[in-house]
Amino acid sequence: MLYREAGQFSSHYAEDRRIFRLRQDRLGLVFLLVFAFILIPWLGNDYWFSAILIPFLVLSLAGLGLNLLTGYAGQLSLGSAAFMAVGAFATYNFELRLPGLPLLVSFVLGGLVAALVALVFGLPSLRIKGFYLIVSTLAAQFFVPWALTKFSWFSNDSASGVISAPKLEVLGISFDTPAGRYLLTLTVVVALFGLAHNLVRSELGRHWMAVRDMDTAAAVIGIPLFKTKLLAFAISGFFLGIAGALWAFTYLGTVEPQGFDLNRSFQILFIIIIGGLGSILGNFLGAAFMVLFPLLLSNLASLLPQGLIDAGQLEHLQKIIFGALIIIFLIKEPEGLARLWQRLRAQARIWPLRH
Amino acid sequence: MPHTSAQPLLRLNHVSLAFKGVKAISDIGFSVAHGEICALIGPNGAGKSSLLNVINGVYSAQEGSIDFDGTTHRRLRPHQAAELGIARTFQNIALFKSLSLLDNVLTGRNLLRRCHWLTQALGLPQARAEEDAQREAAERVIEFLHLQPWRNSIVGRLPYGLQKRVELARALAAEPRLLLLDEPMAGMNAEEKREMSHFIAETNREWGTTLVLIEHDIGVVMGLSDHVVVLDYGRKIGDGTPDEVRRNPEVIAAYLGTRH
Repeated sequence: MLYREAGQFSSHYAEDRRIFRLRQDRLGLVFLLVFAFILIPWLGNDYWFSAILIPFLVLSLAGLGLNLLTGYAGQLSLGSAAFMAVGAFATYNFELRLPGLPLLVSFVLGGLVAALVALVFGLPSLRIKGFYLIVSTLAAQFFVPWALTKFSWFSNDSASGVISAPKLEVLGISFDTPAGRYLLTLTVVVALFGLAHNLVRSELGRHWMAVRDMDTAAAVIGIPLFKTKLLAFAISGFFLGIAGALWAFTYLGTVEPQGFDLNRSFQILFIIIIGGLGSILGNFLGAAFMVLFPLLLSNLASLLPQGLIDAGQLEHLQKIIFGALIIIFLIKEPEGLARLWQRLRAQARIWPLRH
Repeated sequence: MPHTSAQPLLRLNHVSLAFKGVKAISDIGFSVAHGEICALIGPNGAGKSSLLNVINGVYSAQEGSIDFDGTTHRRLRPHQAAELGIARTFQNIALFKSLSLLDNVLTGRNLLRRCHWLTQALGLPQARAEEDAQREAAERVIEFLHLQPWRNSIVGRLPYGLQKRVELARALAAEPRLLLLDEPMAGMNAEEKREMSHFIAETNREWGTTLVLIEHDIGVVMGLSDHVVVLDYGRKIGDGTPDEVRRNPEVIAAYLGTRH
């Protein structure tokens, strides 16, 4: 009985629709936000901000972008990193070529450009499905970094296509410290997660899931398949584009097109497989796993006697363990860590009883 | 049921359909009056499901045309049929199995929505008001079909008989003018069949929906329908009231066989 929901009834549809119907859950969310916005910036150190928290947040957002497309709308994609690259380079160019444009506006514009590119590569989705669609998105993955390297205009004629972050300033306040970059990232990520949560519970979200579950029935009840799929590509591209801009500017500081290669796309795909397809929370869980697991592994390795495992071997070992985990998840828990969390919560509600 | 107006709601004119030269339907024509329950019967492979698929645009007929409410259509697309007010259920359940029952019913109302997806994503007041109104309408259908206890259940985990009823709910939520039911009672036991025919009759009576249904159980068909069309090998061999069809020698031959 960690949870007591007795006496909590919904008397309006709006109450029934709330993200968290239970008072305890809403309090938990408020507590978590206070913790993330106030306590962490106060308690955290630079290492935690730069090496753990910022990449965790950005990867969660990227996972969310892909999850909207793959987890909710059922369209497989291996082009996530390409759309991130588009977002990063577009944001960079908006800041560079339109001096004085507010940073957040550049993020949104960068996201919109990525949405447009994702929409173009989503056009074949009307005709092809599943593994064949992967090939089309794979084309984006190879075309975008090539174009960004080939045409030096995109990187303002820098020698190797490297771009660096603009000044991180919002409303005259500088966010250039590690804690500032963390807060900026957190704000953008929380806002976009709120938007996505509304989206998947709205009519469009239901259309996505209808197309995913049974597309012929969706067409027969009047859901426009092509529009629904294209919107999934575009909106996914928007989220990924902003994630790319954050990755480049609040996490790395400088980035080159090759930083958004196929490996990054796979990484994001693994985040949503491990975290949970068709889950909002799963993106956070998957990203946390992706960021913390290598750290845990290297800490464990350092406990072993010196020289037993060198750095190179550790990196390979990490890949082997990851691969095995993906296979285990796909077989044992296709709905990922989010499902495990749900089960835990359901048990907490009735504990110490069993049913 | 008496014909309420001279013009039928649906009329098929000389419809023919072939798959790579194999005739599935040849030159079929019949009318469905406003507000009636029309049953399509015939042995397996007679072309009944194909005919439903032609009516709501999943297949397009090579020849013939369809009049719906006075307008002639050479061919229909599924989306266009849905907009005209034609809804259907499927022989093999085609629900969105990982969505809740309520969400399935709400998707049925997708053409009755006006708010843009962006206003819904931002949670603007008019979108919230619309969501309330849609929920209320969905709840009416859920109540009508006695589905309240399973409102928040994932439909993929419901028993088969209930899933069939959820499919009817999703189709009915669209407030269709013509409802096509492809074997709504297939695989049900006697009790479930009785319940389902009750719901179908009530749908017709309370909502005034015109129904075309395919059913194999002749007892159910004769009790339920106003009008029966009999198909065999893609041809129409009988068309009339249940009593007329029962006495039609060609129908008896198709169902029971003749002495040679």
